[in-house]
Amino acid sequence: MESFTPLTAALGGCLIGLASAVLWLGNGRIAGISGIFGQLLPPAQTVVWRLVFLLAMVAAAFLAARLLPSIGMGGDVPATLVPAPTGWGIPTPVWLAIAGLLTGIGTKIGNGCTSGHGVCGLARLSRRSMVAVAVFFAVAMLTVAVTGIV
Amino acid sequence: MANLKLPYLTTAALSGGLFGAGLYVSQMVDATKVLRFLDVTAIPSGGWDPSLAFVIVPAIVIMFIAVRISRRRQAPLFDLAFHEPEYDRIDRRLVGGAVLFGIGWGMAGICPGPAISLIAFMPDDLWIFLLTMLIGSYAGSLFVPSGHARRLADAK
Repeated sequence: MESFTPLTAALGGCLIGLASAVLWLGNGRIAGISGIFGQLLPPAQTVVWRLVFLLAMVAAAFLAARLLPSIGMGGDVPATLVPAPTGWGIPTPVWLAIAGLLTGIGTKIGNGCTSGHGVCGLARLSRRSMVAVAVFFAVAMLTVAVTGIV
Repeated sequence: MANLKLPYLTTAALSGGLFGAGLYVSQMVDATKVLRFLDVTAIPSGGWDPSLAFVIVPAIVIMFIAVRISRRRQAPLFDLAFHEPEYDRIDRRLVGGAVLFGIGWGMAGICPGPAISLIAFMPDDLWIFLLTMLIGSYAGSLFVPSGHARRLADAK
């Protein structure tokens, strides 16, 4: 339990909630990252605000790491992603490519990810989002249990 | 073209900025930390990290209040209408998509938000995940009929 960080988790969660509220009340858009990202592809119609949003996201993470050395990641920059579990015989780049493909396909046909369904959809009391969230959390937990990646 | 005006784009930038900062502060850009939440098999031994729940619950509560406020309004501040998904059927696409995404999330410990925010730090092999996510998203769009995609895509 030494890694449990409820205060910074809740503070970060408030920022994410505020981000979603600002986009909804300002522009009437759902802050669903997979959708904002996925719709950069043709036949995209509203690319500009999506690019602005995503660039701001990257810039803010970059700045937070430098301006908030005592909070959250504490200035620690993640140098690697998680390596593929040993015993499966799959090299990490291939493992990540499979994970990326599944994430891209799944969020497109399921129409949302942790933000669009998880934060915005549940807040809208959407039945679709409740089902999606229950399914992807359960499947992700099962996947971690089966692969033994941590 | 409301979506090219300055207030609209400023709002998008403010929202993206808050989102990226939130993912960093909450440490959700750390794939290991996310996986330690998803690893429920560690609950009996006390090694489980429930932090992710402490991230998502306040986020939902704040967004819930924003949605309540929006129900009393005709339109958002800088556009003509709220782009809320109208489609509400629970179909095979929704469940199948959630299953595939769940496997991908459990394999890598990053979902689309953290994956994009991590561009700020470019950890090894991140570009592989981003590129394949984009390819997957495009491939996925081939399975979604166009009228359906349009109805859904409006909001997300």
